[in-house]
Amino acid sequence: MEYIDNICFALVFITGITFFTKSIRKIIRNIRLGQSIERSDNQNIRLKNMLRIAFGQSKMVKKPIAGFLHLIVYIGFIVINIELLEIIIDGLFGTHRVFAFIGTPYNYLIGAFEVLAFLVLVAVVVFWVRRNVIKIKRFLSPEMKGWPKSDGNLILYFEIVLMLLFLTMNASDYLLQALGAPHYAKSEGIIGAFPISKTFIVPLLSSFDISSLIVVERLSWWLHIVGILVFLNYLYFSKHLHILLAFPNTYYGNIAPKGKFRNLESVTNEVKLMMDPDADPFATPDPAETTSDNVPDKFGASDVIDLNWVQLLNAYTCTECGRCTSECPANQTGKKLSPRKIMMDTRDRLEEVGKNIDKNGSFVPDGKQLLNDYISKEELWACTTCNACVEACPVSIDPLSIINEMRTYLVMEESAAPTDLNNMMSNIENNGAPWPFNQMDRLNWSNEK
Amino acid sequence: MSDNILQVQTLAQYVAANNKLPEVLFWVGCAGSFDDRAKKITKAFVRILNHSKVDFAVLGTEESCTGDPAKRSGNEFLFQMQAMTNIDVLNSYGVKKIVTACPHCFNTLKNEYPELGGNYDVVHHTTFLKSLLDDGRLKVEGGSFKGKKITFHDPCYLGRANDVYEAPRELLRKLEVELLEMKKCRQNGLCCGAGGAQMFKEPEKGNKDVNIERTEQALELQPEVIAAGCPFCNTMMTDGVKNKEKEADVSVMDIAEIIANAKDL
Repeated sequence: MEYIDNICFALVFITGITFFTKSIRKIIRNIRLGQSIERSDNQNIRLKNMLRIAFGQSKMVKKPIAGFLHLIVYIGFIVINIELLEIIIDGLFGTHRVFAFIGTPYNYLIGAFEVLAFLVLVAVVVFWVRRNVIKIKRFLSPEMKGWPKSDGNLILYFEIVLMLLFLTMNASDYLLQALGAPHYAKSEGIIGAFPISKTFIVPLLSSFDISSLIVVERLSWWLHIVGILVFLNYLYFSKHLHILLAFPNTYYGNIAPKGKFRNLESVTNEVKLMMDPDADPFATPDPAETTSDNVPDKFGASDVIDLNWVQLLNAYTCTECGRCTSECPANQTGKKLSPRKIMMDTRDRLEEVGKNIDKNGSFVPDGKQLLNDYISKEELWACTTCNACVEACPVSIDPLSIINEMRTYLVMEESAAPTDLNNMMSNIENNGAPWPFNQMDRLNWSNEK
Repeated sequence: MSDNILQVQTLAQYVAANNKLPEVLFWVGCAGSFDDRAKKITKAFVRILNHSKVDFAVLGTEESCTGDPAKRSGNEFLFQMQAMTNIDVLNSYGVKKIVTACPHCFNTLKNEYPELGGNYDVVHHTTFLKSLLDDGRLKVEGGSFKGKKITFHDPCYLGRANDVYEAPRELLRKLEVELLEMKKCRQNGLCCGAGGAQMFKEPEKGNKDVNIERTEQALELQPEVIAAGCPFCNTMMTDGVKNKEKEADVSVMDIAEIIANAKDL
């Protein structure tokens, strides 16, 4: 019976990690449903981007208040995770504060964790107020109704509870050490420094006896670590995957000038053939090229599997902060387009496709697609391609590339451009200008007064 | 003054007469060739080129739309037809350096032509004018714009799309204007509403037009001139100023026009 705690912990821990691994594998499989795109070039630039944008939070601080608060939570998340390692070892081997052997630095470390936990608490409360009391506009868009709103708040509640449990655990642990409780007290005196829990939580527990304190300590210890495992598994179902995916996403993000749109090679071959004076229009196709997979490429995207894997990674990375939407000129002027919704729709549809594959072994057509069932033409045609959304994203997501690939599908597969644009395009075809002017008049300006 | 006859040669004429390439090809663009407002920008820029004795030529009737609005609309086929036709022409002359007063042409020529076989050194006219200044071939100082309140509207396809923010501003500073910045400028600049082929269609349903929103941001500064670096932004901002009935107090001018004006060219 002596090891029952350790065995229980090992089981809980392994279960948590196993489920999480399953989710990660599902995400990777779904992302791989996307088309290929070359992003293994310029590794140094990519690494620098990742360090600067994701690790260094360089774009987050463009909005100073949100950026600063986020920085606290981010540093808290990373630093307090060091303590998590100790908690796991203690749990597995029944030790108490196993890293205490490093001596004085340990006290500083625990003290720092406490201060960070407190700052995280403050930041998270401010975040909650921003969402629910001040009602900052970008959290109130139509796409944020229902689950996305609850999801955002749920994550904040999670963080508040975890931090409180962490501090309660420390407070009861401190009291147990001070009272000389066996297993907790060490001959060298109190280990760890507890500036926050001593100030705020110890007074609440000071009347407790040793056995009650042990209950409080064990309970908060267990709830804290189980809470972390639950949170880890909640990630996949929430908008919060950015804490992991921001790193690959910034690494694989676009590094070309933002104005450069992707070249469609399948079209290049067609155009070259058309323009080749030696091409024989009646020639039978080369049998070497007419293999079974020689189905003409689909132009543009009408569903998630037409998008490339980086765009799908983008969708999982989006944390729905709405900076893109608040900078979008179309959205600011009341149009339906919201770049954040483009990303949320892409993820929702990708999840739907993933579930379809889980159920049927491979994708069985479900009569739905990203276009129309999720993203309307009205949204797509409202985009000015100004790149404000791409610039605003703190984790290098590119909603514009998805919009343009869906426009490509509309125009090239469905001939469904707005009439005005069709007129513009036939002008280009006929006179080499978007307006009905004769190409022979191109130099007239030089003779006009 | 502006009665001066423009000295413009086509590339064909230039090569026939000189048996070499000019220093730079001026890509005029569709707006610069046909739009009445944009033609003034074209002429102002040519006057500066003439004044600075820049050896240049234009394609004239051999020029055709770069395909930008087609590509942004999703018509990749039409874009590539245009691109390859233009590349054939440019490569047949062996063109190396191109300057254009249209950020859309600039972006497309610079970023989207290389993969289709068109590799050129492409610069926006503000960058080109800045280099003339640096080389001492163009002298810009004070003049009629000295002390005037001017704000520069960043064209998306020059700024965010290609990270050119300073060249137009440095030119304005040289004119000793009082350069004011809108709350949304540089990387955060708000679009004028014309990009992505919106210029050629009615906007989707909303509660405001983008150009009105942007014009309001500019008018907050009470400028005398809204400076632009793109013929489409110019149109949108001009319409916005008219909508606000401010055309008597605020003019919308291209950087090239401001310089040509200041120098009384």
